[in-house]
Amino acid sequence: MDQLNNYLFIAAALFSLGVFGVMTRRNGIAVLMGVELILNAANINFVAFSRFGGMNFDGHIFGLFVIVLAAAEAAVALAIVINIYNNLNTINVDDASSLKN
Amino acid sequence: MADIVFWVIASITVISAAFVVLNNQLLYSAVALLITLFGVAGLYVFLWADFIAGVQLIVYIGGILVLIIFGIMLTNRISSVRLSQTNVQQGIGAVVSIWLLILISLVISKTPWLQLEAVEPISTVNNIGVLLLTKYLLPFEAASLLLLGALIGAAVLSREGT
Repeated sequence: MDQLNNYLFIAAALFSLGVFGVMTRRNGIAVLMGVELILNAANINFVAFSRFGGMNFDGHIFGLFVIVLAAAEAAVALAIVINIYNNLNTINVDDASSLKN
Repeated sequence: MADIVFWVIASITVISAAFVVLNNQLLYSAVALLITLFGVAGLYVFLWADFIAGVQLIVYIGGILVLIIFGIMLTNRISSVRLSQTNVQQGIGAVVSIWLLILISLVISKTPWLQLEAVEPISTVNNIGVLLLTKYLLPFEAASLLLLGALIGAAVLSREGT
């Protein structure tokens, strides 16, 4: 628990799982969950570097901003997902391709 | 003792994150995401970031997760349609993400990380507040504008008949 590497490995595992979710899931909300995992992994890295870089608080501030961005992103993304559902009656991201061609 | 607690929290976090991306039931995924976010908050406590851990609990679990569950409820008719979904292209996805994991782990273990000594602060709230209103005042105000934009945008987007 006093080693930087442990936190970086945990964050790497969360990041890869999030990438796997974003790539394989086809439900819009499930893709959003993968994005949340990736953001959390990045946040663990910021706070860990802040703690092991002599406890300066810049990493904490950056983590706070990442959480704020995640909240805004989740709100807008869910509004878009609900809009897609109202128009197409599905939230499969492969079916929302009317901008193609 | 603290080591055991740390590894238990770390393994719970990673295992439930795997559950989030592998499970077919969307609502179970949301519950697994709840456990993952709790585990990440526990890791923040181990990193002496008590304020970030609190914000994680309030904003992620109290806000974003509730929004996600609302989204699931609104976009799946609970009574008629099963709340399930299938993963596609699992093979290539697994190959790419395992390759990413191996690559990042190699970089982490090969790099000689510099670790500075530090004493545990009594509270981080004071320092964060001072930094937010001095050095990071402009990003702080920009974040408030961003939240206002997201609020209005989400309200406009999800209105009927747009």
